[in-house]
Amino acid sequence: MGDILARYDFLGAFWLTIQLSFWSALGALLVGTVIAILRVSPVPVLRLMGTAYVNTFRNTPLTLLMVFSILGASYVLGLSIAQSVETNLFYWAIIVLSVYHAAFVCEALRSGVNTIPAGQAEAARSIGLTFNQSLTEVLLPQAFRGAIAPLGSTLIALIKNTTVAAVIGASDAAGLMAVIIENETGTVGVFFLFALGFVILTLPLGVLFTSLSRKLAVKR
Amino acid sequence: MPEPLVVIEGVNKHFGDLHVLKDINLSIDKGEVVILIGPSGSGKSTLCRTINRLEAYESGSITIDGKKLPDEGKELANLRADVGMVFQSFNLFAHKTILENLTLGPIKVRKTPKAEAEKRAMELLKRVGVEAQAQKYPAQLSGGQQQRVAIARSLAMNPKVMLFDEPTSALDPEMVNEVLDVMVQLAKEGMTMIVVTHEMGFARKAADKVVFLADGEIVESNTPHEFFSNPQSARAKDFLSKILTH
Repeated sequence: MGDILARYDFLGAFWLTIQLSFWSALGALLVGTVIAILRVSPVPVLRLMGTAYVNTFRNTPLTLLMVFSILGASYVLGLSIAQSVETNLFYWAIIVLSVYHAAFVCEALRSGVNTIPAGQAEAARSIGLTFNQSLTEVLLPQAFRGAIAPLGSTLIALIKNTTVAAVIGASDAAGLMAVIIENETGTVGVFFLFALGFVILTLPLGVLFTSLSRKLAVKR
Repeated sequence: MPEPLVVIEGVNKHFGDLHVLKDINLSIDKGEVVILIGPSGSGKSTLCRTINRLEAYESGSITIDGKKLPDEGKELANLRADVGMVFQSFNLFAHKTILENLTLGPIKVRKTPKAEAEKRAMELLKRVGVEAQAQKYPAQLSGGQQQRVAIARSLAMNPKVMLFDEPTSALDPEMVNEVLDVMVQLAKEGMTMIVVTHEMGFARKAADKVVFLADGEIVESNTPHEFFSNPQSARAKDFLSKILTH
């Protein structure tokens, strides 16, 4: 097994997984927050848009979205982001992972919003805060604190879901594992090694988010 | 002749089929303390909440200091800043310290410099007797302390009028007086106040006018002394007999 590891770029593959996870998590958090704001806004059309987004992306298989990004968007519709195939699929993988997990981030945040008593928004309005100020000063900070645990679960799911990028040929951890299993014999050890790699990435995050959710919980 | 500060004209509101406010007309002078009283479901809380448009209404108009209450947006926010509101369940911002609860409005809405807002906040906290708790969070305070902070938070905006929606109903009995004391003091200093309450003691001590509502209508409006000792309508007599016999 030692010589297998020497011939393949094990750390490089996990580095790509980490990069995919980081940028997708950032994207999902941004898009998800915007969608969550749409879903709690007082304007019915905006709420409808938010709901449509969540229902579309939460109910579509990630693999399907991932394949569509390359076969559909890049090749058929010609929506390539970068010249090189490798870079193009890296960017597309980040976009798909962001867009898909944004639906879950949105729902996590909305469950956070639901932990806030209606009186908080009324008090914010009654001292003259505008809708935007109520949102940024009173509602979202409390929503994020109430949503830390489900956001943590979404982040862990996202890290594991980066493996789906392997279906479009990304050379992340799962991509490399597929290659090794294809080319080598006696690869059960390799499989466990990759599994361990993911546990090392996700386990500390779980512990971190649990302790954060305890520490930052809003006492009522 | 004092001029009217809050003028409510022909206000109607429905909750579905229920007609909760029926053609309400009420005028409140500057410095006046008005008690809204009535049986449960009479519309007194709803009326209180329409005055800063936490509840929308279908017809009629509400004017505050000569300005008509706008429907939405920035203008409404500006007007609300001039109308203090104290809630039954305090509604202090749970993720902010007591001091931050008081400075949020002045800093964000009035654009007061932070140092100045904090200085004024400490003065107000001292006035309501909770300055020692300034760095704590709302959940660490007793109900009575939280409600006094809520009053101070409203005062920090220098409101023209203050609304109190059953401010002592959620409090343990021994904490009611500490809140009422602050309110009596405010009334004495000339604050215009609209108070939904069942505290007869407060009404007798501090109110200029008692407005009795039943089934969404103003049934009777009189001085506290006249209202309590000599109610005119059968509804008011019935209501008073139920609450004053204890």
